[in-house]
Amino acid sequence: MDKFFSGQFLFVGLLFAGLALYPLFGSSYGLDLVSKIMIYAILAMSLELLVGSTGLVCFGQAAFFGIGAYIAVLFSPESESASLLWLLPASILAAATYALFVGALSLRTKGVYFIMVTLAFAQMAYYVVHDTKLGGGTDGIYLYFKPILGSVIDLNDAKVLYFFTWVFLVWTFVFLAILLRSHFGRVLAGIRINEQRMRASGFSTYPYKLAAFTTSGGIAGLAGFLFAVKDGFVNPEMMSWHLSGALLIMIILGGLGHLRGAIIGAFAFVFLQEFFKSPAIFGDFAKHWQLGLGLTIIACVALLPKGLVGLPEVLRKRLYGSRQPRDAQVVLK
Amino acid sequence: MAETLLKGSGITQRWGGLVAVNKVSIELERGTVHAVIGTNGAGKSTLINILSGEFPPTEGQIQLLGKDATHWSQAKRARQGLGRSYQRNTIFPDFTVFENCRLAAQAQVQRPWVWWNDAQKCKQSVEAANRALELSGLTEVKERFAGLLSHGQKRQLEIAMCLAIQPEVLLLDEPLAGMGAEETDRMLKLLANLKQGHAILLVEHDMDAVFKIADRITVMVNGSVIASDTPDQIRINPDVQTAYLGGH
Ligand SMILES: Nc1ncnc2c1ncn2[C@@H]1O[C@H](COP(=O)(O)OP(=O)(O)OP(=O)(O)O)[C@@H](O)[C@H]1O
Ligand SMILES: [Mg+2]
Repeated sequence: MDKFFSGQFLFVGLLFAGLALYPLFGSSYGLDLVSKIMIYAILAMSLELLVGSTGLVCFGQAAFFGIGAYIAVLFSPESESASLLWLLPASILAAATYALFVGALSLRTKGVYFIMVTLAFAQMAYYVVHDTKLGGGTDGIYLYFKPILGSVIDLNDAKVLYFFTWVFLVWTFVFLAILLRSHFGRVLAGIRINEQRMRASGFSTYPYKLAAFTTSGGIAGLAGFLFAVKDGFVNPEMMSWHLSGALLIMIILGGLGHLRGAIIGAFAFVFLQEFFKSPAIFGDFAKHWQLGLGLTIIACVALLPKGLVGLPEVLRKRLYGSRQPRDAQVVLK
Repeated sequence: MAETLLKGSGITQRWGGLVAVNKVSIELERGTVHAVIGTNGAGKSTLINILSGEFPPTEGQIQLLGKDATHWSQAKRARQGLGRSYQRNTIFPDFTVFENCRLAAQAQVQRPWVWWNDAQKCKQSVEAANRALELSGLTEVKERFAGLLSHGQKRQLEIAMCLAIQPEVLLLDEPLAGMGAEETDRMLKLLANLKQGHAILLVEHDMDAVFKIADRITVMVNGSVIASDTPDQIRINPDVQTAYLGGH
């Protein structure tokens, strides 16, 4: 366990350090892109808590993201900046509350039904912002004055926003890493592998799953808040099932069951997307970027069944043949 | 006067037209092994499932430690002192043997809101797990991944995980299935050892083992109890002879 943690933290520590230094040389386009990826990474980690850690395949994560975003915009005054102090908690709380509601109902179902019910609740939220005046319809709504915290934090500044996002990326990772090794996290792992046995041992699994679902929704709301503030704009597409699906692909691509997999997956997904969308590389074919992206993802998943986090292991096997690494031999003896 | 820890009365389970368990009453006393035997499909596992609260019976009442537990959830029954093992392994193959037991033991000291504490450092569950491993003779392999154990060891772990929650009543569904002679002996020693403090319900097909260890035997055929008595009486019971023990 300790070894697992040190390996994970070394890699992620280097990644976070790199991200912290990036604004020193990154272009403003690059800064915006990396901000976006960091937000997706937070969002993907929130989904990883459900899918990879608890075994709950939620297909409606975009709803909680969208609610966090819409609250940030709708609750901001029109002609001045809102205070971060209450706007950010409001976003998180609203998303977590909807997650509590969705979870309370959907967690009574299992398997495919759970997937469909979470999707249905996400579509409900989508249509509320899509078809009513409240959400500004398909056009979305603009956020002209980004939230501030006194004179300390002004999110209108792209660099400040970048570091603000970075702090929450690190916070989310550390929080979830600690959570997952706590009593609570171990129960989630047990539920993922064998819920029946957990009940037979004396765990009422439903409240545990509901707490995980609500926590996940709250973190997704945080990501939504950051996204709305970064873009200064929200529209219903933020809540569409396309995003929920893309998030699932990110965590599978990165490697289910690992927090860092969600971060790696978010980077890989967005980079691949940018790559195949680039007219400079693909010319006219860039219009069909989804084809290239799709095929690459299929190839990745086929070649790396454990996702990108499994890449070092696959390479090691290639290099040293099928020889077992030393500690595996001890275990197998 | 023996102390009755678990009591099921008039338990019936119907699935459509099938009566899997038919008006079965059973009592488990502290310090005894109560064996339930019967042919395949007699309803033994279904009875255990109902007693442990896996699903509610069509009819019947259950008392656990003198309290009406008919409407208690499975988790609550477990927390009140009822442990069960499954006919098919339900261990966590990706966890170490130790962590399998520690996680089970954690059920007795649940503190999910203390999210910053490392579960591996939870003293109560670590101690309970170590005790359960010691009792069931798995201490030597505690750091191994459960999925890599031999079949017999997996069955032992299945029991160890029950013991980790420190139950008073044990419902064991075919703990000896698929075990070699040596492993069977070890398991029987463990059961004899556990008998003192616990009330044990043992479902088992291995008749030699059952007659060796049971204090009382209930025989089920097609969901109904046809006899319930001491091993000596069961051995000479003509109904049991014809219905079940026939060739034995
Ligand atoms: N969930 C279920 N739905 C419908 N029928 C069931 C269900 N579970 C068990 N049965 C049926 O109930 C009967 C009793 O099954 P049970 O598993 O209790 O038998 P058993 O005595 O444990 O047999 P074995 O010795 O093979 O383990 C069988 O006919 C079985 O097919
Ligand atoms: Mg059975």
